[in-house]
Amino acid sequence: MIQWILFFSLILLTFSILVTIYRLVKGPTAPDRVQALDALGINLIAGVAVFSVYLRSTAFFEVILLIGILSFIGTIAFARFVERGVVIERKQSD
Amino acid sequence: MSGSSLIELSIAVIILLGTILGFLSSIGFIRLPDVYNRAHALAKSSTLSVLFVLLGTFLFFLFLEGYFSIKIFLGIFFVFLTSPVSTHVICRSAYHSKVELAKESIQDDLQEAMEEYTRKQQHNKNTEEASII
Repeated sequence: MIQWILFFSLILLTFSILVTIYRLVKGPTAPDRVQALDALGINLIAGVAVFSVYLRSTAFFEVILLIGILSFIGTIAFARFVERGVVIERKQSD
Repeated sequence: MSGSSLIELSIAVIILLGTILGFLSSIGFIRLPDVYNRAHALAKSSTLSVLFVLLGTFLFFLFLEGYFSIKIFLGIFFVFLTSPVSTHVICRSAYHSKVELAKESIQDDLQEAMEEYTRKQQHNKNTEEASII
């Protein structure tokens, strides 16, 4: 019973990841694509959590934390790049 | 039905609820017309969905295995903190890089404030150059 509910949740998550990949490929502008990457990271976090409940294993918890942090940093860097054309601004020294 | 299987079932329902919310948010993500509307669909429901799923996982390992996982707890905290921030930053960069609003939108309240901001920045730049000279 529990296994089937978790399996159904995994199927739903797969559908939402596919939709996000569609938006990532098609998205008309660059911010759309960045947003799709962010959503992809969040869906992956949820998928790993459901999978670790499915297997009753605590081995994947580092993956959750790591994907969360990397997805956030990547989103911030991409957004700054879209906005200003550079990721890290340096002061002009003369 | 024993107690532990009841707990198991309710936790599975929490996780299912979270994934259904994520599915609805992804439908909004594919159907809505422009970046700002899509951000609206994505920021709230997607954050809520991942919070539900992680909370279900946390409770599962707390009640059934007796394992308090600080990593999942930190993950919940971090996602709750960063997901709205990243959506805000993306929307801001989209507006700054002049992504068009959808045709159906009626008014743009940010435009006046943005013109004021650019004018003030230009003014600051000019006074700075004048002071250097």
